[in-house]
Amino acid sequence: MHNPLNQQEGLYPLLKTLSELPGVSGAEGPVRDQIALEVHAYADKIWVDALGNLIVFKKGNGSSAKRVAVMAHMDEVGLVVSGANDKGFLKIESAGGIIPNILVAQRMKVGPDGLPGIIGYKPVHLQPREERSKSAKMDEIFVDIGAKTKDEALDKAPLGTAISFDREMKFVGEPPAVMPEAGRLPEAGRLTGKAFDDRLGCLAIIALLRGERLPYDLYAVFTVQEEVGLRGAPTAAWAIQPDIALILESTVADDLPREEDLSPTTRLGQGPAITVSDRASIADPRLLRYFLAKAEAARIPLQIKQPGVGGTDGRAVQLTRAGVPVAILAVPSRYIHSPVSLIDLRDVHSLLRLLEVALPDMPTALQMKR
Amino acid sequence: MIEQLKKLVHAFGPTGQEQAVAELIRTEIAPFVDEIRQDPLGNLIAVKKGKPGGKKVMLAAHMDEIGLVVSHIDEKGFCRVRPVGYVLTATLVGSRVRFANGTIGVFGAEDEDKALWKPTGKLPAWDKWYVDVGAESKADAPVQVGDMAAFYPFFHQQGNRLIAQSMDDRSGCAVLLAVAKQLAEPANDVYFVFTVQEEIGTKGAVVAAYGVHPDMGIAVDVTFSADTPKAAPMAVVLGQGAAIKVMDGGMIAHYGLRQALVETAEAAGILYQMEVLPSGSTDARAIQLSREGVPAGAVSIPSRYVHSKAEMVDLRDMTASAELLTRFVGAPIQLA
Repeated sequence: MHNPLNQQEGLYPLLKTLSELPGVSGAEGPVRDQIALEVHAYADKIWVDALGNLIVFKKGNGSSAKRVAVMAHMDEVGLVVSGANDKGFLKIESAGGIIPNILVAQRMKVGPDGLPGIIGYKPVHLQPREERSKSAKMDEIFVDIGAKTKDEALDKAPLGTAISFDREMKFVGEPPAVMPEAGRLPEAGRLTGKAFDDRLGCLAIIALLRGERLPYDLYAVFTVQEEVGLRGAPTAAWAIQPDIALILESTVADDLPREEDLSPTTRLGQGPAITVSDRASIADPRLLRYFLAKAEAARIPLQIKQPGVGGTDGRAVQLTRAGVPVAILAVPSRYIHSPVSLIDLRDVHSLLRLLEVALPDMPTALQMKR
Repeated sequence: MIEQLKKLVHAFGPTGQEQAVAELIRTEIAPFVDEIRQDPLGNLIAVKKGKPGGKKVMLAAHMDEIGLVVSHIDEKGFCRVRPVGYVLTATLVGSRVRFANGTIGVFGAEDEDKALWKPTGKLPAWDKWYVDVGAESKADAPVQVGDMAAFYPFFHQQGNRLIAQSMDDRSGCAVLLAVAKQLAEPANDVYFVFTVQEEIGTKGAVVAAYGVHPDMGIAVDVTFSADTPKAAPMAVVLGQGAAIKVMDGGMIAHYGLRQALVETAEAAGILYQMEVLPSGSTDARAIQLSREGVPAGAVSIPSRYVHSKAEMVDLRDMTASAELLTRFVGAPIQLA
């Protein structure tokens, strides 16, 4: 019996696990291990390349000679230990795009063992009135791990230790009346948590690997270091030499109330967003039209992401060797790059349904007029 | 060359949507080359085989022109846009754009304090500009988010001066076509590469150079000139010939290649000048850094008002560039 991608068992607890695992850029180990565990049974070959990208090869059914890469990044934005002061507070640098205001008053996980840490701030009692309306600055941010001296702090969290948000995934608004059986994804509901960018992409690729064999050889690529400048994707794409690359992402939803009619980038609940162009690249026009047509034919919501915002591994992959046609699909998320990102499960369903209907014939898009 | 250039500047080809230009060039160049292909990113590669033992020479001109992409359409049907490539906001007031489906749009800007009417007024930021496509509502708009536009095409000849919105780099494309036509039994394999996405970071040339794997590469693109009132100093003048690149903001041309171009020009009495461009770069930079490295340089066409709505070049410079390149790739090449 055919089992649709979005009805696979265990996707909901898997999303929770992936979202909550620490995997700051450069320290993606826990995420990589978890994904390898989930997919190794479906792989014809699985390996980790020199930079740490996890590559899973699943042979096609032989009806297409193309090689297709589907890619998502494992890393999330976070912090890295850059020192400690004499009182045992950890100094930090950011890993990826993070603004200091969202760090204040957060609980953090320090290092691979998840040592608890907190980012405190001067209490209101001690703040002169004129300081209260000012933004926090990155060099004022310290992580308190309960250490009393510099040596103790750096012993527990040596220089370079990654620090991630400590945040459970939870429903916001109406939770589903009944949770589906066998850990299937609820049909609707909004979830808040960290690292949906890009564990949602990882989740979709895991579902894809567990699903039916595609006509072409599939290379599932879980990349490292996307958030610090698309550093993992180039070597993986170089090694694979795909004919097409599909990037699965989570992107900015700015459907918040606003004064001017100038946006949004994407809206929650309107389906995944497809990229025409962003700050880093212009997507292949044939693949763009192919996905729009497939979505329309199957009545799956798909929105066009407002051009000019963000950038993805797509840029790095597109410029590999003699060039790779790239498409980018992303699940909208409010409050992205923070521990309180908010997604709509209907968009995850729509993405999985779209992959289901569009992926088998995707190479035919290359025969379309450019 | 004039007729070809006229057709080229009228073809729709903002960065990322160069296919109409590619199809025009394919038709024009087909009778003069042995092989034509398009690579995964859309670069058009036309090959003219040379005599055995020759070098593999890549000549690159980019097909794309700066443009815009619709980023939002408001309830009243006004389109907000983002620039694709470096669009000078100073030249936007009253300018027209053309979409792939033929829709014409006019630029307007939020201008609450009438800054646009004051000689010293500050230009609005990009999010204050909009394109008016004549719609009365969002539903009525003949374009949608993601659609791309280029500036309205035109072509004028006035003596030797040629004016159009996309001399950058259709003038280079026209030069390459002229070389292909003039070239009989070259000593080298010549790869005419018409690249995509130059204006957003020479992306087409990055992958084309990898695919072609040439022994040397020459970009043919416009450069600035310094012959206008109080222009920033630079020894490039319209009408003084092909500009052989020494360096620009992104690269230093291969010394041996640059000297070989100079010697070719000297020997044939072709008008040339040396180009030292303080900022900006061309596809040659991407070619130079491809694989293990490629000797690369550029033959530039001096231009006034680059990236404005009316770029001016000189026919004599285009002719000299075509002549120089024809002779250079036609004869055996030994780089010092």
